[in-house]
Amino acid sequence: MSTATHADHHDHGHPTGFMRWLTTTNHKDIGTMYLVFSLVMFFVGGAMALVIRAELFQPGLQFVDPGFFNQMTTMHALIMIFGAVMPAFVGLANWMVPLQIGAPDMALPRLNNWSFWILPFAFSLLLLTLFLPGGAPASGWTMYPPLVLQTGNAFPFLIFSIHLMGLSSIMGAINIIVTIMNMRAPGMGLLKMPLFTWSWLITAYLLILVMPVLAGAVTMLLTDKYFGTAFFTAAGGGDPVMFQHIFWFFGHPEVYIMILPAFGIISEIIPTFARKPLFGYSAMVYATASIAFLSFIVWAHHMFTVGMPLAGQLFFMFTTMLIAVPTGVKVFNWVATMWRGAMTFETPMLFALAFVFLFTIGGFSGLMLAIVPADLQYHDSYFVVAHFHYVLVPGAVFAIMAAVYYWLPKWTGNMYDEKMGKIHFWLSAISVNLTFFPMHFVGLAGMPRRIPDYATQFAEFNAIATVGAFLFGFSQLMFAWNIYRCAKGGKKATAEVWEGSHGLEWTVPSPAPHHTFDTPPVVK
Amino acid sequence: MSATRTMVLKLVALTAAMFGFGFLLVPLYEVFCDITGLGGRTSNEAVAEVTIAPDTDRLVRVEFMASVNSNGPWEFRPEVSSMMVHPGQMYTTTYWARNMREFDIVGHAVPSVAPGTAARYFNKTECFCFTEQKFEGLEGRDMPVVFIIDPDLPAHVQTVTLSYTFFDRAGVASAAAPPSALQ
Repeated sequence: MSTATHADHHDHGHPTGFMRWLTTTNHKDIGTMYLVFSLVMFFVGGAMALVIRAELFQPGLQFVDPGFFNQMTTMHALIMIFGAVMPAFVGLANWMVPLQIGAPDMALPRLNNWSFWILPFAFSLLLLTLFLPGGAPASGWTMYPPLVLQTGNAFPFLIFSIHLMGLSSIMGAINIIVTIMNMRAPGMGLLKMPLFTWSWLITAYLLILVMPVLAGAVTMLLTDKYFGTAFFTAAGGGDPVMFQHIFWFFGHPEVYIMILPAFGIISEIIPTFARKPLFGYSAMVYATASIAFLSFIVWAHHMFTVGMPLAGQLFFMFTTMLIAVPTGVKVFNWVATMWRGAMTFETPMLFALAFVFLFTIGGFSGLMLAIVPADLQYHDSYFVVAHFHYVLVPGAVFAIMAAVYYWLPKWTGNMYDEKMGKIHFWLSAISVNLTFFPMHFVGLAGMPRRIPDYATQFAEFNAIATVGAFLFGFSQLMFAWNIYRCAKGGKKATAEVWEGSHGLEWTVPSPAPHHTFDTPPVVK
Repeated sequence: MSATRTMVLKLVALTAAMFGFGFLLVPLYEVFCDITGLGGRTSNEAVAEVTIAPDTDRLVRVEFMASVNSNGPWEFRPEVSSMMVHPGQMYTTTYWARNMREFDIVGHAVPSVAPGTAARYFNKTECFCFTEQKFEGLEGRDMPVVFIIDPDLPAHVQTVTLSYTFFDRAGVASAAAPPSALQ
């Protein structure tokens, strides 16, 4: 095949085996490594979630002691956020952004290699704390002082691993911005860019604006613990509540970092399978930008219970509710895109549809949490757990899975097993609701989050959630198996892959050759 | 490639600036809280004694609370748990504190006023919280607070709570303690 000789020609003289992956500067290789790394972390973090769910299957203490339970909730969150969801999106950006804008590679290929290879070290540091005396960090991923300052030997490992993750994210973000701003094919104006690229441009700016603030906050924790500063120690004139403000100044944009690329993915997939152009392209771009802007002025809705004056509560409540407007525009546009479309329901489309439906449920529970008088009741209850898992699992994670099924034929040149994909979808969609929907009920009834034991009236719903969680967890093995099989072989994919596909990435052959767009395509 | 270089430098500068901004949030937070009295922040400095005509028609309940940080064993309590006061009139009350360890220690009380919106109307002319308090081993003593409620206190506030948390002076206690006392 002509594409194979083309690729072979360029690979000539390159290292093979492990050295190839260690030294690669190719955006496709690095994208693949990010995605594989994220899948591994998804299973590690998932195993921790199953420890949590196993313990909560029945009231009372069954399997683990409360200290280890707290380590599991903390590590599950850190690994899923920084190890699974964020690297998966960066991996997708590495693979798809250059293909979508007609660039030969990322703008800074060596930096790209480095930003990936920091991650295995960061997560080794974090996971090694499980074997330290005193165990892993157990103060929750939000790391509130003074509790987090009581962490034992794991504390400096936690801080430095977060520094490394932040460094990796910032370098990745710089790379993506420079690529998008400087390397678009001739004729590819900003408002002609595919929405996945658009959402990543905005996400990358969010990363640059908030990851350094997180780095600063954890540095302050570090100096408070070891160097006698008193940023958050009241005895020295500091204020622990200030940490919450700084943390959530990072933390709220962070949740959009985890969802904006998902919006971009869904905006690619729905038009393909509805066989219609996206409804309201520029509205989508402006909605994404508005959400990004609003994310900076809503942070204190995470901390309504710290004791805030009425004016502050009202401000953060109304700005939070305002986010529903651009988000509503997006959901409307997705539905309008499907309206009278010639829809087919391949696996990526199924995941995208589930995303629209289930993410909206998560959005609505978010609106409930935004209401201050209600939040005082919901705060730190399982209702919050239900809310953010709805936006993160059938939200961000389903979007990532949709993206993987959607672009996998382009990456591997083979079609995945459609039947297995559909079974994976239905098992995931059913079990995810089985897991997280009952959490709304127990939360409203008063079950607090981050506890290993609970009152007996919550037993049935917790048992259902645990069954759902195990079903969801083991269904994902099917996802991994399908990807593996597809990488090894299968029905050959065409360049277009999907009947309704559109955009530059579908003009290159499948699998995408090692080097693409050596001469820039012209976009009309 | 100079376009790339310029852009990278700008983005790196933006990153550095945001790292700095994270630390800038600390003084900004202090200033914001001091001006607004948010978070129950009450002035840790004596106000000059001014003679204001007391508002004898109005009575406000002032409650006193005392708590001890987990760092060290202190006995710490207010002399009275509450007082009815007229805004504009000066009152004195005391807190009792005792060092329950056998060695010298320096303590520090951090005040807080609730509701937060009342914080800036709570003026202290004399307070043990203004300075560090040195205690000899097992020493106990009464410590005075002299305060005036500003007559401008919003009418809907009928109760003001003054709360102190007593700390070992940050970072000093464990270092100063003789090894035998650390068990």
